[in-house]
Amino acid sequence: MSQPTVKQVLFEPVFNNNPIGLQILGICSALAVTSNLKTALVMSIALTLVTGFSSMFISMIRSQIPSSIRMIVQMVIIASLVIVVDQILKAYAFALSKQLSVFVGLIITNCIVMGRAEAFAMQNPPVLSFFDGIGNGLGYSAMLIMLGIVRELFGAGKLMGYTIIPVVNDGGWYQPNGLLLLPPSAFFLIGLFIWGLRSWKKEQVEKPAFRMAPQVSSKEAY
Amino acid sequence: MSNKESTVRTLTVALLVCLVCSVFVAGAAVALRPTQVENRQLDKQRSILAIAGLGQPGMSANQVKALYGERIVARLVDLETGKFTDEFDPQTFDPLVAAKDPALSEALPGSEDIASIKRRERYSTVYMVENDGKLDTLILPIRGYGLWSTLYGFMAVKGDLNTVVGLGFYQHGETPGLGGEVDNPKWRGQWPGKTLYDENGKLSVQIVKGGVDPQSPRAEHQVDALAGATLTSNGVNNLLHFWLGENGFGPFIANLRAGEA
Repeated sequence: MSQPTVKQVLFEPVFNNNPIGLQILGICSALAVTSNLKTALVMSIALTLVTGFSSMFISMIRSQIPSSIRMIVQMVIIASLVIVVDQILKAYAFALSKQLSVFVGLIITNCIVMGRAEAFAMQNPPVLSFFDGIGNGLGYSAMLIMLGIVRELFGAGKLMGYTIIPVVNDGGWYQPNGLLLLPPSAFFLIGLFIWGLRSWKKEQVEKPAFRMAPQVSSKEAY
Repeated sequence: MSNKESTVRTLTVALLVCLVCSVFVAGAAVALRPTQVENRQLDKQRSILAIAGLGQPGMSANQVKALYGERIVARLVDLETGKFTDEFDPQTFDPLVAAKDPALSEALPGSEDIASIKRRERYSTVYMVENDGKLDTLILPIRGYGLWSTLYGFMAVKGDLNTVVGLGFYQHGETPGLGGEVDNPKWRGQWPGKTLYDENGKLSVQIVKGGVDPQSPRAEHQVDALAGATLTSNGVNNLLHFWLGENGFGPFIANLRAGEA
């Protein structure tokens, strides 16, 4: 297998191998923090940086890590980075960190970070791993930002807190869709995005793992 | 060189990774602590000023600090006796921490705990705006359970200890669009000018469902409930009755009115 280029690892995950769209990873935080664009953006930046740097550090020491404890070593590095990001947010973006609450901490358990560490950084050199982490972070960010735009615009009539469509409650004409502010709406939207993505890029459609077997005897019906 | 998978090697790597990471995390935590503490204080000062109706939204950090330092006086109150106390420094005393400390709080029996806060601190901080030595606005910290979460906020009343200046919550986890509308400026706009007590001195402030009838003699005590959020509305109503009642700031307000606080 030839080594991928920096450009490949950076841009492939945005549309062709999107962590949320194709790998269906990191859904939890995508539901929770996208009710407005600002938190979605901060969460995207935080996750992209954590994925990039954790992949780089893990890759740096990959030949030293005994395989029996590799997962826990990866976790320790990821957890340390996340705590630092959380501390920085609390110090320099207090209002936002209040809104993000536990979800910054939960980056630790975000499957994307772990997945890249285990699937890519353990085999590839540091610089390439760094860009792979950043690339996957960008794929996650692209999805979060799209969700954030749709949910905030049609759920509250705003973008980044600025009024775009005046809503009825403030004397405008738009009756906002309250469902969009609740986490389940992100499920529907992610579903629609995945549908769109797979209609555009047909090769992402997964083959069914099983075919429905023809019924051979009447006993099976019971 | 020893085998990468050997036990000694595994332990060494684990130890080294932990050591490096802990130094990294501890360093960041210590270096950033002062900024974080300042942020938390600033956030609280900002909400106190907003609820007292001072300053404008979007003030810079320095403006908030200057205005707060100039206008707001924090004092500690003994909730039992309802009198001011100098037991602790109001700058550093945190009633929310005290409420968890068995030495500084007491458990509330279920029948009295209408705000569902479980424990009540013995001392609480009140904030005052004074004009020419006279009390202009009194700001009380309030909290209680809504539907999903505890709502933390402040209520400001005028110097007559009866007219509401404002009510607001700085932290809660109610449903956005329904209970979360406690933050809506339009709903909060109903509060200023309402009165807490009727002419007999009975606590009468109330959140009512289905709209306030302006003809009703009680309309000046009543605020329209949040649409689609009965439990949050009830929660706010209960927490107001708790904190303004006998177990809350009731004795303190009575003393203050009699000039004996």
